[in-house]
Amino acid sequence: MISLEHYLFLGAIIFTLGVLGIFLNKKNLIIILMSIELILLSVNINFIAFSSFINDISGQIFAMLTLTVAAAEAAIGLAILVVFFRNLGTIEVNKINKLKG
Amino acid sequence: MIVYSLTFYLFSSIAVLSALMVISAKNPVHSVLFLILSFVNASGLFVLLGAEFLAMILVVVYVGAVAVLFLFVVMMLDINYIKLREGFLQYLPFGALLGIVLVIELGILYLTDISSNINSSEEALEPRIYEIENTKMIGEILYTKYFYLFQICGIILLVAMIGSITLTLRDKGGVKRQNIDNQNSVNALNAIDKKKVKLGEGI
Repeated sequence: MISLEHYLFLGAIIFTLGVLGIFLNKKNLIIILMSIELILLSVNINFIAFSSFINDISGQIFAMLTLTVAAAEAAIGLAILVVFFRNLGTIEVNKINKLKG
Repeated sequence: MIVYSLTFYLFSSIAVLSALMVISAKNPVHSVLFLILSFVNASGLFVLLGAEFLAMILVVVYVGAVAVLFLFVVMMLDINYIKLREGFLQYLPFGALLGIVLVIELGILYLTDISSNINSSEEALEPRIYEIENTKMIGEILYTKYFYLFQICGIILLVAMIGSITLTLRDKGGVKRQNIDNQNSVNALNAIDKKKVKLGEGI
């Protein structure tokens, strides 16, 4: 029998893989953006699992909001990536030091 | 019930494996394709949970728009990806340590009998078969109770759209455009230019 914990464990594993992806691919900005998408997907899995098991539809509304924010984030992130590549010819994260931060 | 369990394990194992491939694939194009596979399997899980509308939205928005956008950018940029993978294993011990700590913490959190805190009755913990469809339920609550959130979503998407257009738009020089002001200010005096041309010569 599949319980709520199964879904929560799945969400935890995918979340951890997303965080791990950010650490492993420290140079490739595209993979980092994809890892963020994975993290948001695991958040969505948690939202919908709770919504389904508590019998409250509000969780699905909030999952939809997460989806919207993720789509906006991907669009702006990729736009910044393209502009950055156009100016410097690379997408290495450790080369992003123009702002001297 | 056994079919439900088997379907859950099928979808979730493929989702986890493809998530693993997303972060470890050599070629970023393969990464994007595994991301798509992961999203499709997650949408299968959403169907299993009774959230059909969100499952379809996930396929349309993520696979249809976001992942294809990623694919577009990966193929458009001319990058030496092999050079980017240098030092891939450099951060593996630290990343693995962090991942293990994260998994253990989340596991402890989940094992503390979360279900008894949510709902006391055991039957309510099963996914319910709704009498009215999922889409109708979402519509009924989204346009009433969460109407302002819905509108804020629209504003977020508008800002993202305008932002990404203004970021990537390049103003090329030497493009001939229609200038309405100049066109309207033309009159008979400055529209025609009379010239005396000598025979056999040009201007």
